[in-house]
Amino acid sequence: MVISKSQIEEILDEVKDPEIPVISIADLGILRDVKVSDDGFIEVVITPTYTGCPAMMEIERDINNALKKEGINDFKITTVLSPAWSTDLMTEEGKARLKEYGIAPPNPTNEEDIECPNCGSRNTKLLSQFGSTACKSLFKCNDCLEPFDYFKCH
Amino acid sequence: MQDQNKFNYIIQQADNCLILGQRLAELCGHGPVLEQDIATTNISLDLIGQARLFYQYAAELQEEGKTEDDLAYLRDAWDFKNVLLVEQPNGDFGKTIFRQFLYDTFSCYFYEELMKSSDERLASIAAKSHKETLYHMKWSGDWVIRLGDGTEESHNRIQQSVNELWSYKDEIISVNAVDQEAEKAGYGVSLELIKEKRNEKIKAVLEEATLTTPEGDYAHKGGKEGTHSEHLGFILADLQFLQRAYPGNEW
Repeated sequence: MVISKSQIEEILDEVKDPEIPVISIADLGILRDVKVSDDGFIEVVITPTYTGCPAMMEIERDINNALKKEGINDFKITTVLSPAWSTDLMTEEGKARLKEYGIAPPNPTNEEDIECPNCGSRNTKLLSQFGSTACKSLFKCNDCLEPFDYFKCH
Repeated sequence: MQDQNKFNYIIQQADNCLILGQRLAELCGHGPVLEQDIATTNISLDLIGQARLFYQYAAELQEEGKTEDDLAYLRDAWDFKNVLLVEQPNGDFGKTIFRQFLYDTFSCYFYEELMKSSDERLASIAAKSHKETLYHMKWSGDWVIRLGDGTEESHNRIQQSVNELWSYKDEIISVNAVDQEAEKAGYGVSLELIKEKRNEKIKAVLEEATLTTPEGDYAHKGGKEGTHSEHLGFILADLQFLQRAYPGNEW
């Protein structure tokens, strides 16, 4: 039986970013494509967020495990660089999940106007251009005084 | 190997990324404050990530069944073609910052040009890396301004680093035979083009930072031909120890 593309995508929906376990690799824009050939061979195409992202190896392993758990062994994982990953690839669903988790989602219109994911205030301040992972910077809310991560535009 | 020059061209930039990445990694746990400790190591991570992409490609071109690890861990000092700038010691934070700024103002414009390379693989690595270096340049440039236009102490100290590093500024945009052939073949970039943009950026930031531009344009050279300062030997001793002592060992 040949498995359909949408079935594979459903399986891969369980693969989350290891650093931000609420957002799937599809919602993050890391999962670029799923190809199923006529004879059932599957190719999963992914793209790294940052060149040195240490999560890529884990993500590959998680894809591997998720497919094998469903009895799928005939596949390969390909990494492509072009076109380069961008936070524009993040889905609305992904952005909502980030916010719920306490991380401010990327704001491409103005990176100085960031909403606090805790209290919703826009009276916030950049503390550090680099945060806990390569993809985030550190902010502070001047109203509720909580520090928070901001997923920076890339 | 089909294209020795392309291999050499890629190695030059790969080595710049790896050696500066290793220098910044030395600061892990030793940054001046937590946020900047995280910043330097994050930049290190990006640089090592870029180095890997270049080494992977170079290893394929080599057609000897070698990998990125062979290129990083098993070549000797004279095989490394990084510029002398990136092997300079971290010094104080001002020196780390100014070294980074001199490198970022190169890499940013270098990748911007390399994105138009006739070699698709190089163009895609450049596009990916360019986005990262833009952010690095913003960070290092902001810090040059903050330290230069800061207290008397921070101003004097970064001015001293500017003076010290000035003669290491231009090797990275000096054209050697490898660059020449690469540009002619269409996969390499024009360093002349980069030079202009870079000098403008450096000038603007130094001015805003109230720092004095040193006189003279003498440039220390040698790194691109494999003649290094003694610093590189110590860096490689750290970087390569495990693979040299325990060949083939895996994490």
